Amino acid sequence: MKRKMALAKQTILALSGDEAVAYAVKQSDVDLVAAYPITPQTIIVERFSEYVHDGEVDTEFMCAESEHSALTACLAAAAAGARTFTASASAGLALMHEILYVTAGCRAPVVMAIVNRALSAPINIHCDHADSMVERDASWIQIYVENSQEAYDSTIQAFKIAEDPDILLPAMVMLDAFFLSHTLESVNVLPNEAVLKFVGTRKIPLVRSHEDKLVPFKLDPENPLTMGPLDLYDYYFEHKRQQEEAMQRAPQTIKQVHDEYGKISGRRYGNGLVDPYRLEDAEIATICVGSTAGTTKTVVDQLRAKGVKAGLLRLRTYRPFPSQDITKAVGNVKAIAVMDRSHSFGAHGSPIFHELRHVLYDAQTHPQVVNYIYGLGGRDMPQTLIHEIYKDLQKIVKTKRVEKPVQFIGVRE
Amino acid sequence: MTSKQKGWKEVPIAGVCWTPTTDYLTGDWRTFKPVLDREKCTKCLLCYVYCPDGAIEWKRKEEEIEFNYKYCKGCGICANECTQEAIKMVLE
Repeated sequence: MKRKMALAKQTILALSGDEAVAYAVKQSDVDLVAAYPITPQTIIVERFSEYVHDGEVDTEFMCAESEHSALTACLAAAAAGARTFTASASAGLALMHEILYVTAGCRAPVVMAIVNRALSAPINIHCDHADSMVERDASWIQIYVENSQEAYDSTIQAFKIAEDPDILLPAMVMLDAFFLSHTLESVNVLPNEAVLKFVGTRKIPLVRSHEDKLVPFKLDPENPLTMGPLDLYDYYFEHKRQQEEAMQRAPQTIKQVHDEYGKISGRRYGNGLVDPYRLEDAEIATICVGSTAGTTKTVVDQLRAKGVKAGLLRLRTYRPFPSQDITKAVGNVKAIAVMDRSHSFGAHGSPIFHELRHVLYDAQTHPQVVNYIYGLGGRDMPQTLIHEIYKDLQKIVKTKRVEKPVQFIGVRE
Repeated sequence: MTSKQKGWKEVPIAGVCWTPTTDYLTGDWRTFKPVLDREKCTKCLLCYVYCPDGAIEWKRKEEEIEFNYKYCKGCGICANECTQEAIKMVLE
């Protein structure tokens, strides 16, 4: 008889998205948290500093002088074998840009929460995805969450994904500024022991050192090794190729970790990579990341009640980009609208649209794919606007014609 | 690419050095090379201390310094620091 993994007994807490992340970090046996405050990420670090003050964790807590230093501290500690966490947003993440690449290149499994906030100027503290979209090429795993519950769940999962010896890539968990970060929600939390058992202790693989010995892959005076030194045209390319290989392995690991977590929590988000909603027989669909998926689900329900075959595909991971899962999920849909909460100025559309349409180019069928750029700087995306998008998709299916492949929605003319 | 160089499946991750960095003969970066005037040299070893590449060796038997041109990149710090002007940078 197959033994069924028991669901852990959970507690419901009223937490904002930021607090949910801090709570997950508290339970994940983290060795170092180094951070610099920036709205709307601040609450994560504030709450965590309270846990440190109250002796609820034995984590080393470091107030760095900048985000650049905060991530560097996490990178260094992770290189020495520690479990590390930091959090940032907007300009803070932009300041980390250089070290994002160093962290990934050193294969340091740092976990970071990003509270998605617009980039200046003009200065704006509200939600859009420009800050993390621009970091898509940095070789970090990127997970976008829909609600605070998922922010909690994904933060715990991120440690296990990033630290997997087959992956060893840093991971970012993205939550929408204010819509999630500052909004109170009922969040189911696991008991401390269940999370501790789930994340376990960090496994350190062996690596061949300059002394031709197999030593643990961590900075340790007993077994000296050098990470990330000068690496020119002779080997740099090979090391970058390895990072891509780890990224190629990541979908399997993400799905596996998501599934294991599902067994103790009872919560699943699609297959961990994509989260489809009423897509089975859908003729029209929207695609998005983040909290807008929640509003869109309500719109889908309203349309379905009227007999419109509408669906939604929420991308949970943006890196690795779940190409196969997307083709499988929406390959038979007739018209798709990609909703992007960021813009690539001067490009033909925005980041998610670019990659999604590109992936579908190789699909057996070729759905019509259009792009809607919405919600920059925290502009609301109400149900009425999402209805407009579905209306446009219905028109495209009917006329078999796309008038405007790329449009802005919710901006005043 | 020479055939003896390893592929991405073989090299350790994260650029971890699996051979000593002395395999890089950085001397071929050099444009100017340091040349010692033995008459002027007081063997104070200031150059030995300042060399960022460990490319100046103290020869115990001969009791004099020697430049290791396999690794000396020709930065000229030794010539700049020498109080006796005993090191001249000469175009290769």
